[in-house]
Amino acid sequence: MKVSIFSTCLVDLMFPGVGKAMVEVLERLGCETDFPASQVCCGQPTYNSGYLEESKQAMINMMNAFEHSDYVVGPSGSCVAMFHEYPHIFKGDPNWEMKAIALKEKSFEFTQFIVRVLGITDVGARLEGSATYHRSCHMTRLLGEAETPFMLLEKVDGLQLEPLKNADNCCGFGGTFSVKMPEISEQMVDEKSACVADTGAEYLISADMGCLMNIGGRMSRTGKEIQVMHIAEVLNRIPAEPERRGTVEGGAFA
Amino acid sequence: MSLKTDDRKFDARTAAGIGDAFMRGAVGSAQDSLKTRRLTAATALGDWEQWRELGQQIRQHTLENLDYYLGQMADNVERRGGHVFFARTKEEASAYIRDVVQSKNARKVVKSKSMVTEEIEMNHVLMEAGCEVIESDLGEYILQEDDWDPPSHIVAPALHKNRKQIRDVFASKLSYAGDETPEHLARFARDILREKFLEAEIGITGCNFAVANLGAINLVTNEGNGDLTAALPKTHIAVMGMERIVPTLEEMEVLDNLLCRSAVGQKLTSYITVMGPREPGEVDGPEEFHLVIVDNGRSEILASEFHEALQCIRCGACLNVCPVYRHIGGHAYGSIYPGPIGAVITPLLGGYDDYKELPYASSLCGACTDVCPVKIPLHEQLVMHRQNIVSQGRTGVADRVQMKAASKLLSSPGMFRSTLRVAYSMTRLLSRHGRIVRGPGPIEGWIGIRDMPQPVKKQDGFRSWYENRERVERADAFDAPLKDIRKNGLSAKSDANAAVLPKAEPGRDSSVEEAAAPIGKEGR
Repeated sequence: MKVSIFSTCLVDLMFPGVGKAMVEVLERLGCETDFPASQVCCGQPTYNSGYLEESKQAMINMMNAFEHSDYVVGPSGSCVAMFHEYPHIFKGDPNWEMKAIALKEKSFEFTQFIVRVLGITDVGARLEGSATYHRSCHMTRLLGEAETPFMLLEKVDGLQLEPLKNADNCCGFGGTFSVKMPEISEQMVDEKSACVADTGAEYLISADMGCLMNIGGRMSRTGKEIQVMHIAEVLNRIPAEPERRGTVEGGAFA
Repeated sequence: MSLKTDDRKFDARTAAGIGDAFMRGAVGSAQDSLKTRRLTAATALGDWEQWRELGQQIRQHTLENLDYYLGQMADNVERRGGHVFFARTKEEASAYIRDVVQSKNARKVVKSKSMVTEEIEMNHVLMEAGCEVIESDLGEYILQEDDWDPPSHIVAPALHKNRKQIRDVFASKLSYAGDETPEHLARFARDILREKFLEAEIGITGCNFAVANLGAINLVTNEGNGDLTAALPKTHIAVMGMERIVPTLEEMEVLDNLLCRSAVGQKLTSYITVMGPREPGEVDGPEEFHLVIVDNGRSEILASEFHEALQCIRCGACLNVCPVYRHIGGHAYGSIYPGPIGAVITPLLGGYDDYKELPYASSLCGACTDVCPVKIPLHEQLVMHRQNIVSQGRTGVADRVQMKAASKLLSSPGMFRSTLRVAYSMTRLLSRHGRIVRGPGPIEGWIGIRDMPQPVKKQDGFRSWYENRERVERADAFDAPLKDIRKNGLSAKSDANAAVLPKAEPGRDSSVEEAAAPIGKEGR
């Protein structure tokens, strides 16, 4: 199965370990990957700020970049959900509406792809310890995918999942919201951090680096110790191949 | 009260909200307990998603045929001996009500809870005309006695006050000498209000839904004050936003179900009444009935891209799940309509000059859209507001410059590659120990409260790794998952439609599912 990697701009800039882990897991599961080099960003930062026309250029760039892909898989429920919005944004546009629909139909979030397309829930990963999972709002509500991360984490050998109180409340990231309204965002991320800390878990796992950068960054700033991991990094912990662990970063704020 | 409840700027209102520890505690625990109650009441109906769709269809159908149903409603009210007044503006609406009151030489007015009467500044107009106006909803009565403190929630107006504060209001304004037990406070207020109901010459209610084919109005309350307000005084004036109408009792039943369950997590509220002009032979009810149908900007909303906002049935569920409302409270919105629906309709009714910050007071988490019983795409409408604010040139110069630069960068593969090449060195002077510690504009907003990792060197980045790596041996090197694939009959040729599990439906109320299957190993 041929899969085009949609790395996302955050991973490109700051979190290479997440991209590597995603590629390694997918290839281990039998996928052939490629990386369309002209991809940049889904356009969400400017789109959500109200700059519609300006954002369309970024979206068109992505539709072109992935035009020949069979599947497009990204390590972010939020960025993939943005792809799924393209048909709505380009509705009635004779040049781009069909391409927007095509991109939507072949785009999957990483865990969603593994479970719903590959049909796999046990990737053979092992991670000893307790973890809590933050479900990102965009993945859960906009992409409509609430289950696949849990189905995969359940099968991770040695991992104990701790329930997170008020799991459905937003962490306060919201893209530009976090810098435009930092005072409100701070209250939200503080409450989220407290709930995460209360679980006593060693790992905070999510399928969105935006949320993890927010919660992890706040917990790091306020001296709350937790190891932040993207779910791809968790699923890439393969016991039989210890040498590969070197490629798995221990989390951005570790 | 008018639409606008506070003359301070958004930042000052927000800071006040964030600083009010009590209010935040009250709102937080109200949200938490309502979440469970709402979910229980919603799931008890069966397929909640289908009910939502039905609710949405009813609202959309009614709005698409609004002129027809309003005409039918007016004809039926008049046929039954009532009076109907279409008010184009809030001034026309409150002037009509004042004229009715004055024509009766009335001085004493009792009213039940109604957001639209707040919107048209009715109390103010009537008091200026020399009337005593008594709010008979307990929450509203508390606020009235507290020198007209503005409501902070569209269903629970005094949500921001605790019982001790309420005791203090009653003690200082009404010489209440009892303790802060809710039952005692309520009994005290009830004794006063009973007298007011009996004295009142005019009763003014809102209208949850007008039932067009009957020429009747539907009131949904828990305290019964709405029914006393409508039934005891000789004259009843009902005020409705022009969108609050249903064709028949059948649609009303669906919407009342959605309303009660979404608003307070009850199957039905204590009182659900359908009333109107007194019919010949009826022994009670008002001698005179007036229905005031308020436009006040709704026609423009109906004709605009925001028309779905008019589907709102004022249940307040979006406030009850909003993480922003949770921390800043209702007063921070500066409007009688707070929360997500307030952030959508307040700028439509009150303009961007006063309210352009509201659409940005959202992380676009979508909790509001998910919970809305009539499926208003609230978070999408907030983005539409942002688009209007941008296209009208109302954002600051710095914002425009940053966003235009960002859009250039994010749409240009070459420029982005160059950025990846220089990001590390460009941020070296701003960083310490792999974290950015200072920076311009937006970065400042981030690092003021959070750590931010420094971008990686190009050679350490994901793209360099991908280009230069030796491909890991695939598939056959790893058995277990492959067996899975073979077992499930998926091959390299399988396509997205071959998904093993049903694809989750975006936009459905995922929180319902969450209640059924708690996170963690036990629940799954």
